[in-house]
Amino acid sequence: MSRSRGDKVFDIANTVFMLLLLLVTFYPLYYTVIASLSEPFDVARGNVRFLPVNFTLQSYRQVFAYSQIWIGYRNTIFYTVFGTLFSLFLTIPAAYTLSKKQIPFRGVITFFFVFTMYFGGGMIPTFLLVRDMGLMNTPWVMIILGGFSVWNMIVTRVYFMSSIPEELYESARIDGASDFRQFFTIALPLAKPVIAVITLWYIVGNWNAFFNALLYIRDANLEPLQLVLRRVLVLEQSVLDEGLLQDTLQPGELLDRVRRAHAAYTMRYAMVFIASFPLLVAYPFIQKHFVKGIMVGSLKG
Amino acid sequence: MTKSGTAGRFLRGCKRALTHWQLYVLILPAIIYVGIFNYGPMYGVQIAFRDFRPTLGIWGSEWVGLAHFRRFVTFPDFWPLLRNTLRITVYQLILYPLPIILAILFNEMRSQAFKRTVQMVTYAPYFLSVVILVSLVRLFFGTDGPINTMLESMGFARVMFMQRADIFPHLFVWSGVWQNLGWGSIIFIAALAGVSPELIEAAKIDGATRVRVIWHVHLPSIMPTIIITFILNVGGLLALGFERVFLMQTPLNLATSRVIATYVYEIGIMGAQWSFSASIGLFNNIVNIILLFIVNYAARKVSNIGLW
Repeated sequence: MSRSRGDKVFDIANTVFMLLLLLVTFYPLYYTVIASLSEPFDVARGNVRFLPVNFTLQSYRQVFAYSQIWIGYRNTIFYTVFGTLFSLFLTIPAAYTLSKKQIPFRGVITFFFVFTMYFGGGMIPTFLLVRDMGLMNTPWVMIILGGFSVWNMIVTRVYFMSSIPEELYESARIDGASDFRQFFTIALPLAKPVIAVITLWYIVGNWNAFFNALLYIRDANLEPLQLVLRRVLVLEQSVLDEGLLQDTLQPGELLDRVRRAHAAYTMRYAMVFIASFPLLVAYPFIQKHFVKGIMVGSLKG
Repeated sequence: MTKSGTAGRFLRGCKRALTHWQLYVLILPAIIYVGIFNYGPMYGVQIAFRDFRPTLGIWGSEWVGLAHFRRFVTFPDFWPLLRNTLRITVYQLILYPLPIILAILFNEMRSQAFKRTVQMVTYAPYFLSVVILVSLVRLFFGTDGPINTMLESMGFARVMFMQRADIFPHLFVWSGVWQNLGWGSIIFIAALAGVSPELIEAAKIDGATRVRVIWHVHLPSIMPTIIITFILNVGGLLALGFERVFLMQTPLNLATSRVIATYVYEIGIMGAQWSFSASIGLFNNIVNIILLFIVNYAARKVSNIGLW
């Protein structure tokens, strides 16, 4: 079939739009990388456009010298690993039970979960509850509060219901397998794809979790990476130059201070990169699993 | 003797449940968890109707009814807070069609390789944490940031983007678009894959142009998905962007960036006015649910599609 003029115009406009979209999305991320690798002075002057200018690893050396970043990294990894395991422990068995159409009280239990998607007590009552439970300023609060996503539970349930044939359970039951046995030997091994998807979801959620830490963590030694980042990047607390503001200027010192200010600014780019590095590296490989998760979920929302 | 009615059904249910007790053991941890951490705060939300003092406990604190709510709506800050909250909400709702348009444009692309590249890149920002996203905004739109350097080199004056209350809503909403546009389109791409090819072919044979096929075939086919996601969005709107608003606040843009949720944080967590802040949070939550019901009702009336 030949393409009409209108078709061609549409195609060209679409391609141009996509190129622009690509540029607008990609360039800020790319710029972050090249700025972090450039001489701070050139970054401040706006000389950095397409490639690093006067390549230097100075900014990275500064970030690595900042001990709080390592503490944040260590804590975030700890919270992410154990938080994710805890979440999986809650989510997968629950999804399995609710995938059984014939069990009594299924509707009531489902409502019990789904209701919380639309209504909650809010920030203040939650805060008071956590405080009264003595969870303030403990690592547990970060592991527990990320706990359970009803949405992930629903996605897993849909998978159990649509991808594991009833006959498999049937024959296991005839062989005398208990519900536990059916869950561990049939359902779990066959659900690997969906378990992979929700594991990734929980990992990303835990890695990026910020607000719970802001509310419940006061001890610098327990701070996750995101809280450290907030202090440096958002509150713009300077890492390099304590005491920069108070004393009087000596001749020649002004230039030094300007240089330090530039360095502090460029260092932020390096910090952004270091903090998102693990996800950025993994992203191209795991991207399609995430997409699959959305697709499964949208089958029956 | 047969037992009749709900009581009988309940008993029979219990008996059957007993034979499958292991299934209930499997779901028990989740029930306990949600019971404590989701329903616990719902029980605690009654402090919104009391004059809560930690030393007296929830039950020991005096019941004051709607006093806190009355105080809130007669508060001088009430209207600015509500206006700021609604401004951002409505702004985001207006831009709601963007991911749908993007999905349709993806669907019309001829080169699969190019399409996959654009998709992969546009999905990526979704995975950045809210702190990182706000940091990027602050770096790029900072007084010394690349945007200002560019403006200056083109002969314009530098703009203090982060300090301007009139710019905040745009910066907030569009940085959200930047992060979520690609990812938000996935669900519509999935829906578009289900559009019947025969229908498209038939429309083409009838001489419909590309745009007309999109309008008369694609759009109606994915309408259920559009409506359902719209309703779900409305349900989460007043709550979802809160962390980002909080992080994008600067002392000088508060005139538009102080919303109900950040205010709750301010006076509750920072100011320890527990009951008053809990009542404001509850107010926000209830407004949210009312919106959800209205939109769901309207969608049912117009299109016969709804969440319930």
